[in-house]
Amino acid sequence: MMTIFGIPTAALFGQLLVGLINGSFYALLSLGLAVIFGLLRVINFAHGAQYMAGAFAALLLLTQTGIGYWPALILAPLIVGLGGALIERTMLSRLYKLDPLYGLLFTFGLALTLEGTFRWFFGTSGQPYAPPAALTGAVNLGFMFLPVYRGWVVVASLAVCLGVWLLIEKTKLGAYLRAATENPVLVQSFGVNVPLLLTFTYGLGAALAGFAGVLAAPVYQVSPLMGSNLIIVVFAVVVVGGMGSILGAIVTGYLLGIAEGLTKVFYPEASNIVIFVIMAIVLILRPAGLFGKDA
Amino acid sequence: MTLLEVTGLHAWYGESHILHGVDLFVEEGETICILGRNGMGKTTTLRTIMGILRKRTGAIRFAGKDMMDVPLHRTAREGLGFVPEERGIFATLSVEENLILPPVVAKGGMSVGEIYELFPNLRERRSSPGTKLSGGEQQMLAMARILRTGARCLLLDEPTEGLAPVIIQRIGEVLIELRDRGMTVVLVEQNFRFASKVADRFYLMDHGRMVADFPVEELPANMPMLNSVLGV
Repeated sequence: MMTIFGIPTAALFGQLLVGLINGSFYALLSLGLAVIFGLLRVINFAHGAQYMAGAFAALLLLTQTGIGYWPALILAPLIVGLGGALIERTMLSRLYKLDPLYGLLFTFGLALTLEGTFRWFFGTSGQPYAPPAALTGAVNLGFMFLPVYRGWVVVASLAVCLGVWLLIEKTKLGAYLRAATENPVLVQSFGVNVPLLLTFTYGLGAALAGFAGVLAAPVYQVSPLMGSNLIIVVFAVVVVGGMGSILGAIVTGYLLGIAEGLTKVFYPEASNIVIFVIMAIVLILRPAGLFGKDA
Repeated sequence: MTLLEVTGLHAWYGESHILHGVDLFVEEGETICILGRNGMGKTTTLRTIMGILRKRTGAIRFAGKDMMDVPLHRTAREGLGFVPEERGIFATLSVEENLILPPVVAKGGMSVGEIYELFPNLRERRSSPGTKLSGGEQQMLAMARILRTGARCLLLDEPTEGLAPVIIQRIGEVLIELRDRGMTVVLVEQNFRFASKVADRFYLMDHGRMVADFPVEELPANMPMLNSVLGV
């Protein structure tokens, strides 16, 4: 058996893949958080619940209406995004004039409400969601077996992250978003409907969480608590990347996922805390985060 | 025709009452200049007309339309364009992205090509980040991006502040060119010499209201009064 540093290569690559999968979810989720925080200055504690809602939307679409994975990949984020937009318009938008703490408390309450509601109806045990037929099985890469669905998760998350990055950096809408992040009042005085932009942005962030939820449904079990397990790590990713930095959120998401995977190989005892150790070190050396602008 | 008509305008920042009944009339195609010491409400007047400051009473009519209930994101569509004192160039946008950011609100605005002819520096630096420009170039960019929108009336807050004389002269030339094109300009300015070259008419502001109003021809006769109010 081949080994690197005394570690079987199959185990090494296996954990690297697990790290990359986790990193894909970290990147998608922290991207949504960064988009929302950048423009709304709201720390969206409901992000984990919106991820969970995306997974449940896919599950319910399948069990209640027979709509399968591929349409759900579009529909579930749309449902979660529209729900997010509705919540922003009717509730969250009333809090912008107050201390930022109110937004945080509101989204935290929203997360508890969403998770409590799903727990009431579905209990806490996870429910399986089968991957689509086209993505079952595994391919032999020579050095390891790659489950097809896991490869797809990495590709899909990379594509969506790239798409959102292009949307923000290269389009007119993205220019409005960037400008409104810097000076919303001036952008509004130019004739741009900034309140609508805020609603769209919150919806986009929520939709990204919902998309991650659908992707995650076949990998993890669909359960009301799947989001709260993940969201703390995702907050650490956002802090390491730099609050509000789009590129920082994406790159840091994948990097920390891989770092976590590698730690599982070399020192498994530390794998649960490695991200927080990295966060502490980054905060000491670069308080604004790896990609953040120093204030 | 009177394009902008402000009567009895009061405005507040939180609890502090800044404007105490401003009256201001601007004819179409006219360049007026609001003079006054710091803290007398000049910038607040522009911000209140634009609708950025919402705690206000009185009347603002623009092109015959009552502007008091028009939300901020609709004000520009009525033809008002605002260039703030701090210029408001976006650091995360390139020069060209800054330039084309404000939506076009009416026909008759300059094309990007015309703007680059008027401000050749901006063309050379169009892909640099907006805030890498010099102060003078940022001022040009802040004005240029409103010219593109087809706004009929430019609210211009202290365009010469902190700039070198040669740049100030250039901004003066641009303002004169704009007047020739029929643009209406409401200018707030501390630089007296500059203002006397570009403005048709002056308002003097003191403690939140207009205390004098005279055309540029009467500037010499009003100098003693200006000197005593402005304390120069």
